Amino acid sequence: MGDHHHGDHHHGPAKGIGRWLFTTNHKDIGTMYLWLSFAMFILGGTFAMIIRAELFQPGLQLVEPQFFNQMTTLHGLVMVFGAIMPSFVGLANWLIPMMIGAPDMALPRMNNWSFWILPPTFLLLASTLFMEGGAPAAGWTFYAPLSTTYAGPSVTYFIFCVHVLGLSSIMGSINIIATVMNMRAPGMTYMKMPLFVWTWLITAFLLVAVMPVLAGAVTMMLMDVHFGTSFFSAAGGGDPVLFQHIFWFFGHPEVYIIILPAFGVVSQIIPAFSRKPLFGYDSMVYATASIAFLSFIVWAHHMYTVGMPVAGELFFMYATMLIAVPTGVKVFNWVSTMWRGALSFETPMLFCIGFLVLFTIGGFTGLMLSIAPSDFQYHDSYFVVAHFHYVMVAGAVFSMTAAIYFWLPKWCGRMYNETMGKTHFWISFIGFNLTFFPQHFVGLAGMPRRIPDYALQFADFNMMSSIGAFIYGASQILFLYNVIATIVAGKPVSDKKVWDGAEGLEWTVATPAPYHTFETPPKIDPAHAHS
Amino acid sequence: MIRLSANPTTDTVIKLVTVAVAMFAFVFVVMVPLYNVLCDVLGINGKTDGQAYTAVQAGVDESRTVTIQFVATKNDGMPWEFSPSSTVMKVHPGAVNDTVFLARNPMPSAMVAQAIPSISPSRAVEYFHKTECFCFNQQPLDGGAAAELPLQFIVDRDLPRDIGTITLSYTIFDVTEMAGAAVAVR
Repeated sequence: MGDHHHGDHHHGPAKGIGRWLFTTNHKDIGTMYLWLSFAMFILGGTFAMIIRAELFQPGLQLVEPQFFNQMTTLHGLVMVFGAIMPSFVGLANWLIPMMIGAPDMALPRMNNWSFWILPPTFLLLASTLFMEGGAPAAGWTFYAPLSTTYAGPSVTYFIFCVHVLGLSSIMGSINIIATVMNMRAPGMTYMKMPLFVWTWLITAFLLVAVMPVLAGAVTMMLMDVHFGTSFFSAAGGGDPVLFQHIFWFFGHPEVYIIILPAFGVVSQIIPAFSRKPLFGYDSMVYATASIAFLSFIVWAHHMYTVGMPVAGELFFMYATMLIAVPTGVKVFNWVSTMWRGALSFETPMLFCIGFLVLFTIGGFTGLMLSIAPSDFQYHDSYFVVAHFHYVMVAGAVFSMTAAIYFWLPKWCGRMYNETMGKTHFWISFIGFNLTFFPQHFVGLAGMPRRIPDYALQFADFNMMSSIGAFIYGASQILFLYNVIATIVAGKPVSDKKVWDGAEGLEWTVATPAPYHTFETPPKIDPAHAHS
Repeated sequence: MIRLSANPTTDTVIKLVTVAVAMFAFVFVVMVPLYNVLCDVLGINGKTDGQAYTAVQAGVDESRTVTIQFVATKNDGMPWEFSPSSTVMKVHPGAVNDTVFLARNPMPSAMVAQAIPSISPSRAVEYFHKTECFCFNQQPLDGGAAAELPLQFIVDRDLPRDIGTITLSYTIFDVTEMAGAAVAVR
């Protein structure tokens, strides 16, 4: 390891635990983010398994309702803030400097800090399970007054955790924006940047804009709980509905924070295995920016049933439907990229095609939910659960899995086991659909979300759902095994490109990627613009 | 673009930190007041004006009768007995009407309550004027004591003709612990 071509002041990683504690290397920090997010994925997945085990049969089987509520709450919080968001930050750390020809992130020490405040925070959040009164149980959306007046004492720890997570996200985003704006290699103009860099730049702006809003919401909760204010308490002149407006003003951009980097990943991988440049690069950039803008003016579609004026419902309904336009542009561009391409179906491509099909289904159910009059039927039902798992799991998690298979050989210089990878895909795909497709039906038939028991007519579909969830959960163990086996004993690869169709600066450095890359800026080949 | 530092990275960081701090402040100084103003202006959530209405001499419109329904609700855990003395009144727009709500504190100790009004349909909010209301103040009651809580209101003569029924709902909250603290009450 190490880039030996000039000078002795460059060296490889330090030895021992100090390497990881004090590192300012974007690749080390990226690796730590990825492992943390996988650990959180397993933790959040365990909570999901408890939920599905309880719902395997009607009636209360395994856990108390209060504990069930803690499980749904922690599952959501850990998956959103612990698994998906840090995984894409890890990917950004690994790839953005290599994609724009920068030697490292712009603020390497802050980078270290924004990672290392995360593990203690998640430890604290998980420890609330063992506190008196249990973990937070108000759902991942923690609506007041359920999360204030009626919350257990652990809510204070929860608020602190959210503050720290927000701080970490804001620091990470500032770092990414500073890197992309100031550290691009000469000739790497904005419209030549790979789409993954573009989607992350826009995501980072969203994060800087809305994480403080979430911090504001939990600060108000803190003041209501401990300092006698009445932001969300009707008795003191406040309004619980205000909480929902503030939360979703953060929460809707948040869902695009989760999915935009996934769009970026897919936009890198589909061209590589179609052996064609991405179709409609410029329109992809503009579509991403449009989605980001629209995400700020649609938040109230999460709360059609609070009693808004009809004019409000109509505004939020049409604004929400408008998002289907740039999203449709993206989906058509991906399909057009594949059209008449020399396709091959390695594991990353399979996950991307799985993403494309399932995310589109999630998008369609999203359109159904955007229709205010019919949303009154779907609201808070399992239909919503099915919808957001199609976009969060088959969207974000599938694309993240694709990214790991795609770039892992580049990172560690070893090839994963293709048969095992494909097996992982098909088990995931079947398990995922078996879990969440039936939830559309029980949701439309009226089964409410976040309930530990249900009416007898939902029993068959729920049993299918639970079996699917166990299959999907087990397939992640196969994934973990495949990744570790690759790192430890995978077949060595030394080809710089790894994939013959892959384009971009990260494929121009040695394989495995040296500890330091692009200490002298690369020459940007105009022919390889925005690959 | 204004440069805040010679170092482009420092410049970017200063600007972004400013954005983050501004967004945090935005929640408190823009979103919360704006929400309250919008609710007041549009009558969303059926919130009524917290101030007493000063009656203007406009005469009574005897040609119309509007039905006023009263609903009394106790918030979770509130032990008081609380009900309207009559659940329905028929009134003429422009006339001054009086009614009372009955409250009793069955607990041994003194308590303080706050009633929060809500009007349905919310379009009617701006046409429903309260000249006197127990909801303007917190209501203390000694243990075992009962009280008649007065309400005086006028339905505006400009009430849209398609509104024939207005429902006025009060939810009563236990604010004993909060009482004395300077909170904005409605």
